[in-house]
Amino acid sequence: MDVLKISRMKKSFDDLEVIKDFSLTVKQGEVVAIIGPSGSGKTTVLRCATLLETMDCGVLEYQGEKAAWTNKDGGIEYAPAGQLKKIKSKFGLVFQNFNLFPHYSVLKNITDAPISVQKRDPVEVGKEANTLLEKMGLTDKANAYPYQLSGGQQQRVSIARALAMNPQILFFDEPTSALDPELTGDILKVIKNLAAEHMTMVIVTHEMNFARDVANRIIFMAGGVIVEEGDAKQLIEKPQNDRTIAFLSGFQR
Amino acid sequence: MSLSVMLTLLLHGMWTSFLIFALTLLFSLPLGLLVALGRMSNNLALRNIMRVYISILRGTPLMLQIFFVYFSPYYIFGISISNTYRFYAVIIAFVLNYAAYFAEIYRSGIESMPVGQYEAAHVLGYSKSQTFIKIILPQVIKRIIPPVTNEVITLIKDTSLAFAISVSEMFTVAKAIAAAQKTMTAFVAAGVFYYIFNFIVAWLMELVEKKLNYYR
Repeated sequence: MDVLKISRMKKSFDDLEVIKDFSLTVKQGEVVAIIGPSGSGKTTVLRCATLLETMDCGVLEYQGEKAAWTNKDGGIEYAPAGQLKKIKSKFGLVFQNFNLFPHYSVLKNITDAPISVQKRDPVEVGKEANTLLEKMGLTDKANAYPYQLSGGQQQRVSIARALAMNPQILFFDEPTSALDPELTGDILKVIKNLAAEHMTMVIVTHEMNFARDVANRIIFMAGGVIVEEGDAKQLIEKPQNDRTIAFLSGFQR
Repeated sequence: MSLSVMLTLLLHGMWTSFLIFALTLLFSLPLGLLVALGRMSNNLALRNIMRVYISILRGTPLMLQIFFVYFSPYYIFGISISNTYRFYAVIIAFVLNYAAYFAEIYRSGIESMPVGQYEAAHVLGYSKSQTFIKIILPQVIKRIIPPVTNEVITLIKDTSLAFAISVSEMFTVAKAIAAAQKTMTAFVAAGVFYYIFNFIVAWLMELVEKKLNYYR
């Protein structure tokens, strides 16, 4: 089943057309990496998909439920608030800068939204949170505050926070870009483990080797459009498009 | 007049000063938050009304505002002013004035919050009011404690302005004693009391600040 379907998405900021035409379908259990130069529109795609930005036109749907669509007049229309709330619970987003809540302990960062937004049983949520912390290797940090953690640990907490909502799909916006190089490995390993568990994921990243290893499919974006798309290994090792070749060779240098 | 009688009179006045202080904080802190939210609202009319409100209350002397609140029922509406209204007039003027200052402090605190906090809350499905109450406001309070402490300390000293309409707070009492007894002692004693009052409040605010230091 298609977890996410974006068709013909467009987005401009004032006069600057950031996404010119973007379509993407992600199946259950699939891992898609989006790569491309800065300013190519990758992050904006994620922000539109996670409803942090309103797109100008196109269709956005999760598991067949439409969150937004182009209406008869060519303008964008979003689903009513109640429906959007339901759709929002289908996806999670891991930010480049973690964006943990500094006044909450690690445990509360993970449990608060499931309890106060999803209205789930606090005891059950607490148990799940402890399992997630164990998975992230942070059992001893449950009562710590974010400022007491390293960047890599904070990012693992933010992944746990997103997972605690039981999303159908998880978005990552350059999850290692704010980390010291020696800490990126931890995060990449966590994401690899999630992929092994068949978590559906869309990852915007600058880590080409990681994209090749973890993703099923890679999308190369430039200038607001998809330039090349294909099997992860093939795209990295045998790119077809000239721009893809230029971009990737820049990385190997 | 013996010293003990003088001190008793002054302490009596100090109780009134304390009441002005406490009631002003009790009402102006929440009112200031509402004014700040109005000042940042998407509604242009509301935003401008709050902008003008803040501008006038900060742009004119508090003493003048006390007079205005005290006399306007009579001069504008022809209602005769009762003696008990003096105290209420002081409270109303202080609350309106301090709310304007607190509003700007709240606004600076709210606007200093990183947008990532709103975005994280949005993606996790928190409603707007949940986001403000659970995520934003607690962090704002921590950020604005130092400027709020400043205002609170100023407020203690400002309570002496109630003297202008003869509310018998500590300064009014001290001046009456000084005039009647031809002595500076009452002023010195009042000064010591104001200082002790301030010292305790500053110490309490420091305690609050330390308490909120469990995170960064």
